[in-house]
Amino acid sequence: MNIQTAFLGEIEIDESQTLTFEHGLPGFDDEHQFTIIPLEDDGVYQVLQSVQTPHVAFITVNPFAFTNYSFDLDESTLHSLSITSEDDVAILSIVTVKEPFSESTLNLKAPIVLNMKLKKAKQTIIEKSDFPLRHPISLGKG
Amino acid sequence: MLILTRKIGDSIWINDEIEIIITEVKGDQVKIGINAPRTIEILRGELRTEVSNANTEALSTKLPNFKNT
Repeated sequence: MNIQTAFLGEIEIDESQTLTFEHGLPGFDDEHQFTIIPLEDDGVYQVLQSVQTPHVAFITVNPFAFTNYSFDLDESTLHSLSITSEDDVAILSIVTVKEPFSESTLNLKAPIVLNMKLKKAKQTIIEKSDFPLRHPISLGKG
Repeated sequence: MLILTRKIGDSIWINDEIEIIITEVKGDQVKIGINAPRTIEILRGELRTEVSNANTEALSTKLPNFKNT
């Protein structure tokens, strides 16, 4: 099916690849269906685009390309996404884009967790951590 | 919104699986105990608000210029 996007005009998406956010994201509680649009060939940058609302789109990155980052998924996330194997999990971080891009920040406190097998996702909040909501993208790997 | 008046030691049950207990009241602070299955997500409201604000701030209006780093 075709959808309107925030940056790329109208595009065709594969509905079988649509991700379901059962409870939306904080601040976007009514946005339940998103699609991932890769931006570059390296798999680092993608757009997390709402299927329902064209202007709701986030730039996301594979956080592991930018920073040494690891955390345990809590029981509620495992349960709500029906995660049974680590192999099915992917993690994305939302980027707050600044100009110049080097001043952009990553949200490491509240990553997007995806169950790629079942196409279920949620933004989980890692409460017991010092991960920042705004981690400078330019810091790179520490 | 449902509003209930409770005293210290009183509790509220939600859906046969979540118990909320008022454990202490001191000035304008209330201590609340929660018994819930580990599959239930429990978050402080202000943390969710912070994430909500960060998400709104991150809403992009144009593609970034990745080369400009």
